[in-house]
Amino acid sequence: MTSMKRRIFLKGSLATGALGMAVGTGLLTPRVSLAAWSKAAFDAKDIGGAVSALYGTADMANSDKINIKAPDIAENGAVVPVTITSSIDGTSSISIIADQNATPLVAEFILGPGTEGYVSTRIKMGKTANVVAIVKAGDKLYSAKKEVKVTIGGCGG
Amino acid sequence: MASIKMRANIADGVTTIKALISHPMETGLVKDKKTGELIPAHFIQEVVCQHKGTTVMTANWGVAISKNPYLSFKFTGAAAGDTVSLSWVDNKGEKDSLDTTIN
Repeated sequence: MTSMKRRIFLKGSLATGALGMAVGTGLLTPRVSLAAWSKAAFDAKDIGGAVSALYGTADMANSDKINIKAPDIAENGAVVPVTITSSIDGTSSISIIADQNATPLVAEFILGPGTEGYVSTRIKMGKTANVVAIVKAGDKLYSAKKEVKVTIGGCGG
Repeated sequence: MASIKMRANIADGVTTIKALISHPMETGLVKDKKTGELIPAHFIQEVVCQHKGTTVMTANWGVAISKNPYLSFKFTGAAAGDTVSLSWVDNKGEKDSLDTTIN
């Protein structure tokens, strides 16, 4: 019986979004419920620090199976469209890094089992930099990069 | 709040989600031009997309995602008429979610 209730509770929490339920019950503050959000990784000042805080290792291999679609020249660094496609089997996570930003890690996308190795978003870039894509497949990390020239930076006032 | 606009289209078994969220995405590094004081950081930290109780995608974001974020991704295993939900939570604990039918 107890396990039944727990099942229902879990279902309910999934329907409203796991975070929503945890916050709603008042058991957890929002910051605590964001267990997956790695402050160390997002605060890291260099790529190595960000990657090892995120994935536990900074060993990665260059891969030509990762395609980064981003403009060669971005007129406005506040809005740089970036699309990353990974054709590596078993891609489970894709991270975007802008290597000249004060905190290089831009975003991490954790993909479910049926989710394709494809994410598209828009990022801010402080100045001309390499956009680095890090892909986790199995236990290994792969990376690729593309330089984007920024004429007006998007991180200052 | 209705901060999310989302579209879910299916073609050849692959569902493509495209979403726009209205959010200021303040980095905490920009000064208010009138007062000269720093505008506090205010940004979305986590976006979760679910389909039938399975998490399709979890995005952890830093401050370097653009204002009014755009997000697109693809997944398999869904059918037309299914519901997908997208929810976000920011560093102040504000949140929103939206359900959309795949078509």
